[in-house]
Amino acid sequence: MTAVNEQQLPVVTDVISGLKHKPGALLPILHEIQNRLGYIPAESVPLIAEALNQSRADIHGVISFYHQFRTTAPGRHTVEVCRAEACQSMGARQLEAYAKATLGVDYHGTTSDQNITLEEVYCLGNCACSPSVRINDEIVGRVTPEKFDQLIDELRSQPLEVH
Amino acid sequence: MSASVTKIYIPRDTTALAMGADRLAREIAAEAAHRGETVEIIRNGSRGLFWLEPLLEVETRAGRIAYGPVENKDIDSLFDQSFLLGETSHPLCQGLTEEIPYLKKQQRLTFARAGVTDPVSLEDYQQLDGFSGLKKALLMDGQAIVDEVKISGLRGRGGAAFPTGIKWQTVLNASPGATGQKYIVCNADEGDSGTFADRMVMEADPYMLIEGMTIAGLAVGADQGYIYLRSEYPVAHQILNEAIAKAETAGFLGTNILGSGKTFNLEVRLGAKAYICGEETSLLESLEGKRGMVRAKPPLPAIVGLFGQPTIVNNVLSLAAIPYILSKGGQAYADYGMGRSLGTLPFQLAGNIKQGGLIELAFGVTLRELLEEYGGGTFTGRPMRAVQVGGPLCAYLPESQWDTPMDYEAFQAIGAGLGHGGIVVFDDTVDMSEQARFSMEFCVAESCGKCTPCRIGSTRGVEVIDRIRNNENRTANMELLSDLCETMIDGSLCAMGGMTPFPVQSAVKYFPDDFNQQPKNSEGGA
Repeated sequence: MTAVNEQQLPVVTDVISGLKHKPGALLPILHEIQNRLGYIPAESVPLIAEALNQSRADIHGVISFYHQFRTTAPGRHTVEVCRAEACQSMGARQLEAYAKATLGVDYHGTTSDQNITLEEVYCLGNCACSPSVRINDEIVGRVTPEKFDQLIDELRSQPLEVH
Repeated sequence: MSASVTKIYIPRDTTALAMGADRLAREIAAEAAHRGETVEIIRNGSRGLFWLEPLLEVETRAGRIAYGPVENKDIDSLFDQSFLLGETSHPLCQGLTEEIPYLKKQQRLTFARAGVTDPVSLEDYQQLDGFSGLKKALLMDGQAIVDEVKISGLRGRGGAAFPTGIKWQTVLNASPGATGQKYIVCNADEGDSGTFADRMVMEADPYMLIEGMTIAGLAVGADQGYIYLRSEYPVAHQILNEAIAKAETAGFLGTNILGSGKTFNLEVRLGAKAYICGEETSLLESLEGKRGMVRAKPPLPAIVGLFGQPTIVNNVLSLAAIPYILSKGGQAYADYGMGRSLGTLPFQLAGNIKQGGLIELAFGVTLRELLEEYGGGTFTGRPMRAVQVGGPLCAYLPESQWDTPMDYEAFQAIGAGLGHGGIVVFDDTVDMSEQARFSMEFCVAESCGKCTPCRIGSTRGVEVIDRIRNNENRTANMELLSDLCETMIDGSLCAMGGMTPFPVQSAVKYFPDDFNQQPKNSEGGA
């Protein structure tokens, strides 16, 4: 772990020094750290706190308030299944059960090969072509269990990205 | 074959992309090259006819001809049947886009350009009346701009329907103190399921929002604006940032707007998956870099808003209506609508519906007209049973209420709300006790935690509904649920706890059978 953190901390300090002067800088800082590292490592909390002249408790409180911010590394891909009403009316409850069963994880879980993290989401704004899932930054509509399988197969057959 | 360049339009809107528009654009380009045809593919916004996405349009002398929904397997036959010449024989051909009844019958004021233009083309925008409102506003004083908005009768389109002109007047009158700073904040945290009108504005016509916010800044003396955008909208994020950069370069934003010496800067800030941040005070906390905890009102954000300064917080649709109002005059806008609900509302048909999409009409159309004439019935072909209008905090309506005109006051009179104009349709397989349970569950997940009735009441609500669904002590638990709903309504600061009971109560009232039988497929153990 230590070696990984040694690579991560310069990224964190770089992000902080680039954004700390913005008014209300905390969310932009957290977003950018998560964009670049995939999550917000615990070690970044005291660094952010010091830069913004806030307590570590303040920073932790903000990270834990928002569903999007995570403090552990996600899988290589994030799959979000919409649970909101429009998708429910088109079978989202069955789809989420299928997604959990197929991937063998519950929400917030990552498959054992570290490939896919499953998350819930409340509305992707694609409500006229429900049910919807989001795969990384791509939103897909009218997702049946068969289409879900196809999407997952595509993710599994992608070559691994080397960072 | 044909030497001239044929223009093809394929949207870059989220729903179009979700139905395969990117892949389609790539394949069309490849096939055209293969056949030696010269085409120019323009990535426009969506027309909002989502059941036809991806909707491909070809420009012809007669106008734009629409084909949809186009899948990759249709590409060969489209070329074979000369779609580049606008041949109408292909089974996917919808004829002239503007003549499609779903679109033609609408009254598009805010969405007049949606799908017509390339969203980030400043030339397209200006050719269709863009920035004419801003140019007028630059010649007016702040009070005159606010007066025009008052005349329009515009009410906040986020759901609360507060008169926009009065909010602006309050900010105009408010003293900004020593710093002199006021802010314009656009609430683009469109979290209600069944809504996508804000997203469409940002993805199809972002300059309209930029123009509306700039006019708001001129009206009240604010030189900084923020668009608080939900992170669930990555496409809108991309398009807004492209548009803002281009507008700055061209002098429509920045320190010297169109040579006037006036300043307005604009920045997009992302939310982080928190429904509560659509509540305006929670949104302001979030923008300040804090937990999205609701603030008590008063003081109003108009007086003590972002960083303690006077702030306009308006929904995307409210701000998007402003350029039309300034360009054509407030009265032109007020000529649409009924009673105290003036202008148009972009209704959004979603869920289990055959022809889902965006329908901008004057207030007063009935829900049934939208469901039947536009929607064409359910997607599954089964009978419709329940319709949730206005998002997850508004009532489920049974068929007996579908003849209600879509008007703020008419909906209030039946204990319902229009909210942000979203309409989610359910067929007869829906279990309304399960929907009531979800309303409480959603509140558990999304409550900011400030008020006890919301934070804990929602958890108790899930438990009570589970007991009812499991047939435990039904009569006593129904009574308990009723009490709990009243406590949440009366004892919560904001609409999250205060309105979560509305869908629950409507489900109990209008669909009592669903609470009187053995459970179907309980989620209780999930």
